[in-house]
Amino acid sequence: MARNAAWTLMPIVIGLVLTTLALIAVGADPLKAYSVMWNGAFGNPAKFSNVIDAWIPLMLCSVGLLITFTAGLWNIGIEGQIVMGAIFATWAARTLVLPSEILIPLILVAGMIGGALWALLAGALKVYGRVHEIFGGLGLNFVATGATLYLIICPWKRAGIASTSGTDLFRPPAWLPNLPGLTVGLLEIIVAIVSLVIVYLALRGTLWGLQLKAIGKNTRSAFWLGIPTSRHMLGAFALCGMLAGLAGAEQAIGVWARLIPAISGGYGYLSILVVLLSGFQAIGVPFVALFFAAVAKGSIALPLDLQLDSALGGVLQGMIVLLFVLSQGVRARLVR
Amino acid sequence: MRLELKGIHKHFGPVHANNDISMTVEAGTIHGLLGENGAGKSTLMKVLSGFIHRDAGEILLDSRAVEFKTPAEAIRAGIGMLHQDPLDFPPLRVLDNFLLGREEGFLQNRAQALADLQKLSQQFGFDLDPDAFVNSLTVGERQQLEIMRLLSLGVQILIFDEPTTGISLPQKIKLFDTLRVLAQQGKTIIFVTHKLQDAEDLCERVTVLRHGKVTGEVARPFTADELVRLMFGQSLQARARATVVLGEPVLELRDVCVADYRLRVPDINLQVRAREVIGLAGIEGSGQRLLLRACAGLAQPVKGEIWVGGTKMNQQPYELFLDRGVSYLPAERLEEGLVPGLNLTEHFILARRVTKFFIDWNAATANAQMRIKEYSIRGTPSTKVESLSGGNQQRALLALLYPNIDLLLLEHPTRGLDFESSMWVWRQLLEQRESGTAIVFASADLDEILEYSDRILVFSGGRVAQVLSAKETSVQQLGELIGGKGL
Amino acid sequence: MDTTLIILTLASVLADSTPLVFATIGETLTEKAGVINLSLDGTILLGAMVGFAVAFTTDNLCLAFVAAMLVGAVVAALIAFASIVLKLDQVAVGFVLTILCTDLSTFFGNPFVRKPGPAVPHLAIPMLADIPIIGKLFFDQNVVVYLSFGLIAAAWWWIYKTQPGLKLQGIGERPAAAFARGANVNLQRFVYVLIGGALVGFAGASYSLFVKLGWSYRATSGLGWIALAIVIFGGWHPIRAAVGAYIFGGLQSVGSFAQSAFPNIPTQVFQTAPFALMILALLVVSNETIDRFFSGSPMSRKIWQSLRGAPPGALGTTFEQE
Repeated sequence: MARNAAWTLMPIVIGLVLTTLALIAVGADPLKAYSVMWNGAFGNPAKFSNVIDAWIPLMLCSVGLLITFTAGLWNIGIEGQIVMGAIFATWAARTLVLPSEILIPLILVAGMIGGALWALLAGALKVYGRVHEIFGGLGLNFVATGATLYLIICPWKRAGIASTSGTDLFRPPAWLPNLPGLTVGLLEIIVAIVSLVIVYLALRGTLWGLQLKAIGKNTRSAFWLGIPTSRHMLGAFALCGMLAGLAGAEQAIGVWARLIPAISGGYGYLSILVVLLSGFQAIGVPFVALFFAAVAKGSIALPLDLQLDSALGGVLQGMIVLLFVLSQGVRARLVR
Repeated sequence: MRLELKGIHKHFGPVHANNDISMTVEAGTIHGLLGENGAGKSTLMKVLSGFIHRDAGEILLDSRAVEFKTPAEAIRAGIGMLHQDPLDFPPLRVLDNFLLGREEGFLQNRAQALADLQKLSQQFGFDLDPDAFVNSLTVGERQQLEIMRLLSLGVQILIFDEPTTGISLPQKIKLFDTLRVLAQQGKTIIFVTHKLQDAEDLCERVTVLRHGKVTGEVARPFTADELVRLMFGQSLQARARATVVLGEPVLELRDVCVADYRLRVPDINLQVRAREVIGLAGIEGSGQRLLLRACAGLAQPVKGEIWVGGTKMNQQPYELFLDRGVSYLPAERLEEGLVPGLNLTEHFILARRVTKFFIDWNAATANAQMRIKEYSIRGTPSTKVESLSGGNQQRALLALLYPNIDLLLLEHPTRGLDFESSMWVWRQLLEQRESGTAIVFASADLDEILEYSDRILVFSGGRVAQVLSAKETSVQQLGELIGGKGL
Repeated sequence: MDTTLIILTLASVLADSTPLVFATIGETLTEKAGVINLSLDGTILLGAMVGFAVAFTTDNLCLAFVAAMLVGAVVAALIAFASIVLKLDQVAVGFVLTILCTDLSTFFGNPFVRKPGPAVPHLAIPMLADIPIIGKLFFDQNVVVYLSFGLIAAAWWWIYKTQPGLKLQGIGERPAAAFARGANVNLQRFVYVLIGGALVGFAGASYSLFVKLGWSYRATSGLGWIALAIVIFGGWHPIRAAVGAYIFGGLQSVGSFAQSAFPNIPTQVFQTAPFALMILALLVVSNETIDRFFSGSPMSRKIWQSLRGAPPGALGTTFEQE
C-alpha cells in the first residue's frame, strides 16, 4: 500500500523539483511562482469557480477518451471535436430564437452533434481509409481551427469592428445559467460527474464494454469472435466526439458566451494527459482533472505578476505525466 | 567437423526441456534428431546454435570445448541453423539477404556477393533471381538461399529444423540431394524432424528424444517400429476407419475462384455433406487458406458461388455465416482467435454472444468453469489466455466455437501440438462429426490428411485436382499430386 | 510568367523546405530502425527556440545549431530509453513529449519573442552559381541548404550502399533475424534514434535562423506532424522523403500565390490546406481500392509496392533477446 503511494507520489515530487529548477534557470523565485499559482487557483471562491470551469471540459473529454482508449484508439482529434461542438453551438445560439428553457438544451445537443460528426469523420478515415487516427485527427484539428478563424472573421464577424478576438456576445437567453457569484452552473457539474459514472459502469459491466476491450487488445481476434469491430470503433469515436462537443458547447455558452479562436483552450490534448496520468482508470480522472485544472488556471496570473510565461503550468503538467509514464515502465522492469 | 554434446541441460522454469542429452555426430554424416512436438528438439538446437544458453553440459567441436553467447558467435565457430521459418528478411531482395550479416567490409560489395551467389547456385543446381524480393519466394527457395548464405560464411555444421514442412515433393527431393552433396563435401548435417519417413530416407544415424531425454540412438538400417517405440514409448495402433452415414449437403462451391495478390485458384467445385470430412492437401500457401476463409465469410471469392445450407452466401457479412452455423478455426491462435490480455471467462462471454447487455460476472465465471472442465483446459476462469500452453490454447479455441456447428473449417488443427494434444483435438472433431457437423480442414501433414479425411482436395501450382477418395490414395500418390505430377 | 520569377520562387521553395528535409530524413532513419519518435512537433519547436536563443545570446551560429542538435538528441534519448529499455508504448511517450516540449519552448522562449537576431548568411558557390537555372536553384543558397543536399545523398548512400546501412534495414524489418546475423539490435536502435533526434533539432534551428527569422509563440506548430506524415508518404526512403518535403514546400508557396491571386478567399483556407492535403496524401497511399487496382498483376503490384514503400516490419515493436 505504502509502496503504491510512493510510486504515485514520486512523479509529482520529481516534477515539482524539475519545474523549480526551470524557474531558477530563468531567474525567477520558485516560491513566489508557486504561491502565485496557488492563489490563482484557490485564492478566492471566484478563482476556484474558474478552476471548475476548466475541470468540466477536462472531465467530459477524459471520460470520452476512456471509451476510445479502451477500444485501442488514439483520438488526438478530440481538440477539433471540442471546436466543432462550439461552432455548432454558436450557430444554434445565433440562429434560433427561443426561450431559454428550450434553447439551451438545443444548443447543447447541437454541440454534441457537431463533435460527434467531426469524430466520425476521423473514424471513417481510419476504418475505411486506413489513415491512422493520429494523422486524421490532427489534420482535422487544424481544419477545425481554420474554420473557427474563418467564421469569426467573415460570416460571424462583429458588426462594425474589425476584430479577430471573437464573435459578438450571444443574446442572454443562450447563456448557461451560473450559480450565484460563480462562473459555473450546477448543470455542468452534475452532467460531468454523471457521465463519468455511466461510462465507468458501461465499460466494466456491459457486453459492449468488454467488446470494446477486446477490440483494443486484438482487433483481428475480436472480429473472429463475431464482434462488429468497425461499428464499435465508429461508435466509440462518436461517443467521445459527443462528449467533446458538449464540452465545446459549454465553453461557448457557459464560459465565453461567444465564439473565440482558442475556444477549445487546449483541453482536448490536456485531457489525453489526464487519462494517461490516471492510468486509464476512471477512479483517478476527477482528481487528476482537478489538479490539472488548478495548475492551468493558476498559471494564468504568472505573466502579469511575475513576467513568466503561463506555459509553466503546461511544463509542470507534462513533466509529471512523462515521469509517471516512465516510472510505470521502470517499475515493471524491476519486477521482471 | 566432429560435434559432441555432453550432458546438456536446459530448464524453462519448472520445465526440464533438455535433460542430460549427449550425442556425437561425425563429420560428413547426416544425423537425424527425431521426436514428437515438444520433445525438446528445438530447444537443443537453439542451444547448439547460440540462440539460448544451456544450463549445464559441454559442446565440443573436433574435441575442443566451445562457448558462444550469440548466434553470430556460433556461426563464427562454424555452426549454423536453418529455421523452420527461415530467419530472413522478406521485404528485402535475395542479394540483400545474402549480403546482410557479412562481417568483412564497410561498403556493400554487391559484385562479389553476386559472384559468390552464382558460384554456389551452380554447385547445387539452385536457380534464384538475385533481384527478386524474398517475400515472393517459396519456402523451399528461401531455404536454398539460407543454405547458400550459411555456406558462404564458412559454416561446417548445418542444423536443419523441420525443413520438409511446407515444401513440395520435388523441392524435398532436391533438398535431400543437396544434403547428401554437403555431407560428401565433409559438412556435418543435423536433421531435426518428427517425420519417420524423412529420417528413414535420409539419415545414417538417428537420435530419438522424448520428454527432453534421449531414449535411444540407432544406426542404419532402422525400422519404423523401432523409431516409433523410441518416440512414443509404445507401438501405434492403426485407427479403424469408422463408417459414417452422410447427411444433407451443407456446403456447396460452384465454380469458385479465390485469389490474393500472389495466387489465383480457379474452378473449385465441391459439395460437402453433413458428417463428411474433407481434407485440403498441399503445401502451405497454395490456396487452402483462401478457400477456407472464403467459406467462413472472412474473405470474398473472386468468382463463383458459395452456398451454405441452401442459401447463397456471396457478399454476406461474417455475422451471417456465424448465424448459419459456420465456424472457422484460425491457425495463429494468439493473432487471430484469442485476445491476449483477456482471461477465459471474458472470452466465453464474448464468444457465446450473450444477449444480455449487463454482464452477470458470477454466472459467467460459473459457465467458464463448466467449459474448462468439458474441454480439459489446464487453467482457471481467470487465467489470461497468453499464459496457456499451445495445446490448451487450442482447446480454448475449440471451446469458444459457437454451439450447433453445421460446418467446421480448420486451418492446421494440430500444428505445433504434441501427440497427446493432437489426438485429443481429433477426438473432439470426430465427436462433432458424429453429431452432424461437416468438417473441412487444411493440413501440410499428409498422414493427417489421409488418416481423417473421407475425401481429399489437392491444391497444387494454382489449381485444384479432382476430388480423391482417401481410402484409395496412398501417401506416395498424394505427394506426387501435390508436386504437380499427374494433374 | 517571367522565368526568372519562377526560378527565384523555386529556389526559395528549396530553401524554405530545408527544415522539413532535415526532419523527415532524421525521422526516416529513426523509423527505419523500428522506432517511432512522435515528439517531432515539440522537438522542432524546442530546437527552433534553443537555436535562436543561443544565436541571440552568443552570436555564434555554429554553437546555436549544435545546441539545437543536442536538445533534439536529448528528447530522442528519452524516447529511446522509454521504448527500448522500458518497453513502453512509443505513441504515448512521444505524444506527452510533444506537449511538454511545446510548453518548454514557450516558457523558455518567452524572453526571446519577436527579438531580432542573427541569420544564416547567404553563400553562393563562386563558379557553380553562374550556371543558368541549376546554378540559381542549387548553388546560390546558404550553407544549411547545401548541408541538406549533402544529407539526402549521405542518408541514401548509408542505407543502400554500406553494410551497416543494410543492417539498419534488417533491424527495422525483422530484429530477430538481424540479431541472428550479429547485430546488436537495441544498441543500434538507440543510436539511430539519437541521430534522428539530433537532425530534427537541427531542423528546428534552421527554421528560426533562416526560414522565418526569430522566435514567436509556437512558431513551427504543425511542422513536426507534417514531417511524420511525409515519412509515411515517402515510403521510408530518404530520397522520397526529401521529395515529399519539397512538394509540401512547393504547395505552401502555391498557396501564397493563390492567396494573392484570389484575395477574396480567406487566409484560413490556405493555412489549413496543407493539413487537409496531408490527410489526402495518406488516404491515397493507404487506400485499399487503389491498392487493389494496382494488384491486378504481380508486375504492377511490384511497381506500386516500390512506389508506396512499406513500413519497416518491426516498426513500433520491442525486441527481447533471450
